[in-house]
Amino acid sequence: MTVARAAASLNRTPLHDLHIQLGARMIPFAGFEMPVQYPNGILKEHLHVRAAAGLFDVSHMGQLVIRAHGGDLTHAAIGLESVVPVDLLGLAIGRQRYGLLTNEKGGVRDDLMIAKMDDHFLVVANAACKEADEKYLREALAGKYDVDRLDDRALLALQGPKAEAALTMLAPGVAGMRFMDVRAFEICGTECIVSRSGYTGEDGFEISLPSSAAEIIARKLLESPHVAMIGLGARDSLRLEAGLCLYGSDLDSETSPVEAALEWSIQAVRRSGGARAGGFPGAAIIVDQLKNGARRRRIGLRPEGRAPIRQGAPLFRDSQTRDPIGSVTSGGFGPNVNAPIAMGYVAPAVAEVGASIFAELRGERVPVRVTKFPFIALKYQR
Amino acid sequence: MMKFTSDHEWILVDRDFATIGITPFAQEKLGDLVFIQLPKLGAVLEAGSPAAVVESVKAASDVYAPVKGEVIEINQQVADDPTLVNSDPTGKGWLFKVKIGDRSQLDKLMDEPAYQALIAEAH
Repeated sequence: MTVARAAASLNRTPLHDLHIQLGARMIPFAGFEMPVQYPNGILKEHLHVRAAAGLFDVSHMGQLVIRAHGGDLTHAAIGLESVVPVDLLGLAIGRQRYGLLTNEKGGVRDDLMIAKMDDHFLVVANAACKEADEKYLREALAGKYDVDRLDDRALLALQGPKAEAALTMLAPGVAGMRFMDVRAFEICGTECIVSRSGYTGEDGFEISLPSSAAEIIARKLLESPHVAMIGLGARDSLRLEAGLCLYGSDLDSETSPVEAALEWSIQAVRRSGGARAGGFPGAAIIVDQLKNGARRRRIGLRPEGRAPIRQGAPLFRDSQTRDPIGSVTSGGFGPNVNAPIAMGYVAPAVAEVGASIFAELRGERVPVRVTKFPFIALKYQR
Repeated sequence: MMKFTSDHEWILVDRDFATIGITPFAQEKLGDLVFIQLPKLGAVLEAGSPAAVVESVKAASDVYAPVKGEVIEINQQVADDPTLVNSDPTGKGWLFKVKIGDRSQLDKLMDEPAYQALIAEAH
């Protein structure tokens, strides 16, 4: 075992001192020094989120503002629709959608949350992709749009069945929001952008706020008896139970939205026969796959024993054949499922729910069952 | 007397037999264990070869055989309830016992003060 030491060159979030004070174990992640867990540990942190509420520092993520010159929202929507297969023109102000930044091969540059605000779009991007996203968007939208990265803002996620109770103590109005609503609220005298969304499968909120106010507001939220600070370790096991993709593991530049079983993120208006069909990078490939299917498909996996099957494990049709039919892209133990869970990619012919296939684990073939996503019941406040 | 490896295993020698587990430091670093794979009874392990696997939510870690030996007993209780290793790593959380195959290898292991110095450095 090695004990991670953070290099001096890593960025720190505005909550760094709070993490240290709470006894976090810090690890390097996407150029940041981030808390992977607190003294309670990943298992208890995970269970706490599903039973009460957890506060996550996700300030390492990218926050981008995309605005058409002159602030015209229709122009901004049309601009963004040229890079993501999402209906943004039809999105109401104060709502957000999950969307994929596609490439010319039909793969995915990044997965995003895209919120429609009064005169601009607010985009949340993955930490490891944010610089490339910004550069790409500036080039793709050059001339008519401003693209700004908000590096002076923090991002907090408050997730779990008690998230609403905890946040209404500071901002009573959030109780009136439903899943994927986005609104501005004043919290402790600071203007915050709150969305009712998250990455755990629970009801909850993400709060974009000025870095200077992040620690004060985080500490206020932690005053609630329901709220505990949660690290990236539990964030990963929570999203895996919820069947959500991790960019870089389950989703990448070689994987299409259809392969990733994310076609639900492409509204009918952007599909073949829709009023604004195609018109995004890789459209021909993706539209064809929407109709005819892809050569592989993301599936849920339940190993039959107690042993977790982890990322990279090859998958096989049976216990004998030599050639793998795919591999595991995320896998571990699901604390609420109380069993090992995984996701991976296989050919559609073997992607049938209920099918029994095999994974290789330490040189042995172990049976795994193909299952639906998610592994737990989603609690979104629709 | 309990001896230790730099991979954070402990080994307790009783005549020709040795009981092996992971140290309190190791269990604390790993966090709550959710799965343990023990060696097969009768397996002959070489010193330094992977003998068991302990897994947390996040990661799988190998446990290495501190000495050469034949596995004569495994702790089925920890296979059924891996958290025993967290709550009592040097007691009920033992992993397996071997019949020592090469006693000279015991001399290469650390005693308690040397091991404590090692983990103090890691902190």
